[in-house]
Amino acid sequence: MLSVLTDNWDLFRDGFWLTIRLFLVSAVLSLVLGTILGAFRVSPVPALRAVGTGYVNTLRNTPLTLVFAFLFFGAAKMQLALPSPFWTGVGALTIYTSAFVCEVVRSGINTISPGQSEAARAVGMTFIQVLTLIVLPQAFRAIVPPLSSVFIALLKNTTIAAGFSLAEAGAIPAAMSERGENQLITLVWITIGFLILIVPLIFLQRWAERRTAVA
Amino acid sequence: MSSVLYEVPGPKGRVRNRVSNIVVVILLAGAVAWLIHRLYVNGQFEGRLWRQFEYAAIQREILKGLLNTLRAAGLAAVLALLFGAVFAAARISDHKWVRVPATYVVELFRAIPLLILMFFFYYANIQFQWGLTPFWAVVFGLTLYNGSVLAEIFRAGIAAVPKGQREAAYATGLRKNQVVRLVLLPQAISAMLPAIVSQMVVLLKDTALGFIITYAELLYVAKQMGGRLTYGFPYIPTYIVTAVIYIGLCSLLSVLARYLEGRSRRRRKVTGAPAPITKAPDLGAGPGGGASL
Repeated sequence: MLSVLTDNWDLFRDGFWLTIRLFLVSAVLSLVLGTILGAFRVSPVPALRAVGTGYVNTLRNTPLTLVFAFLFFGAAKMQLALPSPFWTGVGALTIYTSAFVCEVVRSGINTISPGQSEAARAVGMTFIQVLTLIVLPQAFRAIVPPLSSVFIALLKNTTIAAGFSLAEAGAIPAAMSERGENQLITLVWITIGFLILIVPLIFLQRWAERRTAVA
Repeated sequence: MSSVLYEVPGPKGRVRNRVSNIVVVILLAGAVAWLIHRLYVNGQFEGRLWRQFEYAAIQREILKGLLNTLRAAGLAAVLALLFGAVFAAARISDHKWVRVPATYVVELFRAIPLLILMFFFYYANIQFQWGLTPFWAVVFGLTLYNGSVLAEIFRAGIAAVPKGQREAAYATGLRKNQVVRLVLLPQAISAMLPAIVSQMVVLLKDTALGFIITYAELLYVAKQMGGRLTYGFPYIPTYIVTAVIYIGLCSLLSVLARYLEGRSRRRRKVTGAPAPITKAPDLGAGPGGGASL
């Protein structure tokens, strides 16, 4: 059983390395885009709120596989293709995950009672001060646990890229089948690989939860 | 309306908001116009790309794909509810030898990417010649993953019933089975319904993974239709139609979830029933916490 892993170490290494890169790049980008969208959703400008709401409601009700299919097969028809398959995959994951990040950010901000910022404004703080000194430090606490869940889901979702000829961990079975290796043992190893990646994330999440919990 | 971040705008603020509003609307209109222009320049509005939807054969094809999606989602939903009920019961069992393995099973299936779960059935079928169609790989994969998330939802729902209910029930001499069945479950179910329905949205969306293991569901059909030379590779028109169907179906379910949530919240005010659980619980911060994705 071990030989399946050691004989094809190159496949596993390259596959999981691509998975990790997809995950990290998409995580950063969707954090940025999601936060911007979250800011839209709590803004006093109705049109911005509508943009945020529309985006979230559309993307949350669309299968990620469809987002992938649209970017990989459809976008080329509009000459909008992204520079490489890797970036197209990152684009699909980012577009999809941002909707969930947006919701986490929005509900995190909404957990703070308006009295907090009203008091801050009453002592003469500016908008930026209210945001950075009062609201965000408290919202962070409510945001961290669900945000880590979103990122764990993102890590698992990278496997969908395998269906679109990105040779990440989810594509290992197909490559192994060409080499005539045992598929089930391959899948067991892939599962172990994902557990190795996910378990630290779970511990990080618990640690952050403890760190940020109200004493 | 005062929000956390913004004061009630004064006269200046109102003007500023109104101006920003107009600017955003103009930008948005610009973006939409650019997109339409992009589609137009690349000939995506040409009649021959869209004409196919007028043909009965194509409509039947889409319908068949949709039915396959719904068939897989429906069966998987029923099986996942059963799986969830069994494992939730096991997880609240008083016997350690039942509780501990059940916990591991639930945590494991929530941590494995769903596609990999489907691959297990797909390749096991090839290797052992079980004669299963890809349909079953999709259904079993969905069942194991969503069943595990549902098990957590059920468990959290039962745990969320106020402690006094359980204590009072035990005090009247009911057995554990009766306490759960007669006292806790009836109260928990209405609190869990929104989360259960939200999970069904996830399940429905995830049937689209069947596309990757060649199950002829809606997205698979769309890919085939998009690849037809006769109609000039109508990828964009077909994907737009597909997206509308998916978004429509999932939105309906989401609306139902929100309605149920509102209802149980209203009822809570009256009777003091437990608060609704709106998403898969993060108890123990399991990896399935991303359940809503």
